[in-house]
Amino acid sequence: MDAIELLKFYFITPQEIIGILTGVLREGLMYSVASLGVYITYKILDFPDMTVDSSFPLGMSITAILLILDVPPILTLCISFIAGALVGVITGIIHVKFGVRDLLSGIIVMTALYSINLRIAGRSNLPVFKKPTIFHLEYFNFLDRSMKTILILLVIVAICKILLDYYLKTKNGYLLRSVGDNEKLVTALAKDKGNVKIIGLAIANGFVAFAGSIFTHDRGFFEISAGTGTLVIAVSNVIIGMQIAKRIKCISDTTAVIIGSILYRACISIALSWGLEPRDLKLITASLLLIILVMNSIKRKNKVA
Amino acid sequence: MIELRNVSKYYNTGSVTETCVFNKFNLNIDKNEFVSVVGSNGSGKTTMLNIICGSIKVDRGDVFLDNKNITNVPEYKRMVKIGRVFQNPAFGTCPSLNIIENMALAENKNKSFDLKPLVDKNRVEKYKTMLKSLNLGLEDKCDINVGALSGGQRQAIALLMSTMIDIKFLILDEHTAALDPKTADVIMELTDKIVKEKNLTAIMVTHNLRYAVEYGNRLLMMHDGQIVIDVKNEEKKNLKVEDVLDKFTTISIECGN
Repeated sequence: MDAIELLKFYFITPQEIIGILTGVLREGLMYSVASLGVYITYKILDFPDMTVDSSFPLGMSITAILLILDVPPILTLCISFIAGALVGVITGIIHVKFGVRDLLSGIIVMTALYSINLRIAGRSNLPVFKKPTIFHLEYFNFLDRSMKTILILLVIVAICKILLDYYLKTKNGYLLRSVGDNEKLVTALAKDKGNVKIIGLAIANGFVAFAGSIFTHDRGFFEISAGTGTLVIAVSNVIIGMQIAKRIKCISDTTAVIIGSILYRACISIALSWGLEPRDLKLITASLLLIILVMNSIKRKNKVA
Repeated sequence: MIELRNVSKYYNTGSVTETCVFNKFNLNIDKNEFVSVVGSNGSGKTTMLNIICGSIKVDRGDVFLDNKNITNVPEYKRMVKIGRVFQNPAFGTCPSLNIIENMALAENKNKSFDLKPLVDKNRVEKYKTMLKSLNLGLEDKCDINVGALSGGQRQAIALLMSTMIDIKFLILDEHTAALDPKTADVIMELTDKIVKEKNLTAIMVTHNLRYAVEYGNRLLMMHDGQIVIDVKNEEKKNLKVEDVLDKFTTISIECGN
């Protein structure tokens, strides 16, 4: 028996491997967009923004309802981004202008949005299978269905990454980076640090809702519970990404976050292939984040000692 | 000019630990004065700077800057005309950005922070010339994140950044206190040069009596929220460290220290 047959006999077929790999890429790329948003709040602003757990389903519900109303698929992505940004602004205003603690302001908006998402969609589960989505666009038709999906995702993720990279190099982007680093400097530059934070939260939640929109296009339905755990997944992706960026100097933070998202998804797939079931998914995501955090803190302790 | 008129400030109002820092405190600082402020801990020096900059609010009284009442103007808006350097070198720079990026940020102060790229390659040479004038060899370290530099180097950059654009007032809050004696001398020389070159009105709080006597054209000694010594110009020139130290000791003995 040669190697491939051996693999087939004991383990999985090459088709299955390709299937798993495309699944990992698809999920990883989809969540990488949300992770780019969380990179802004978690890494740049140092703001634990719980809002994302409901701005993700916000993107989903808006997209589902717009697809049913036959709005062009691309437009649903843009509208979702804007809606997410508005939600980020609300969290920001609650935190900055009313002095509510960062974590709580996110939780308040997250809880309120749960009802709003149900209002938008009309119910907790809304299928849009029959509607054309961004993955039905007349590009890359020479590829098979799953390859086409991945290619379209790659294009979207690349656009998001390039735009975010450009923004972070602008004057406004640098101001955002300094507010997380040293608030006093922003004040010294005669700028209101609160407003800068609000802008950051807006962009972050815009990205997350955008990812939610892509999710609906891919899955073909809105599901109210799909957003639970978005923050945990995205933070894991960002932390893995930052570890990569630290080791490989030549790649940018945003690229590292995208790679981190794919690696993270691969870990989930491995866990699932060990016999864990999809209903264990939240348990796996939470455990994985815990493992990452514990590993980081052990490493830090060793460095000190 | 800077003016504090009948300013009162209490901490922990209403509790048993209520302390009065200022009771109807008055201060007038004219244009182009370089005022060094000395005094024991808790005499109200830093509180005074915080009141001028707007980091804390006054309980009563008014604050004037350039003949405008700024009592209710938020801190960040006051910074349009004010540059400030803190005791902690980390406060004046952005640690995860490199020197050039930090300087470009400072140069963009009072301009719009829009969606144009921040770092203009044509300006880099100018930044490097400015760094060269510090004589700290920083012009060769432009790509290094500021967080990796020493306290003295960061403070030098912070000072440069705070005075990069045309401001009128410079607030120095024990800005040499965290530095070793030699670096402190370098920073102090640089401060004096910048204040003179740019015709700034400056207030410098310091615990170093030698700096207080040597630099500036006016000296204040504060105690318990009051000004106990106020000398200017010629009189200040004849002032010796011993005179200030004598007064300082007298007050300390009166307080039972």
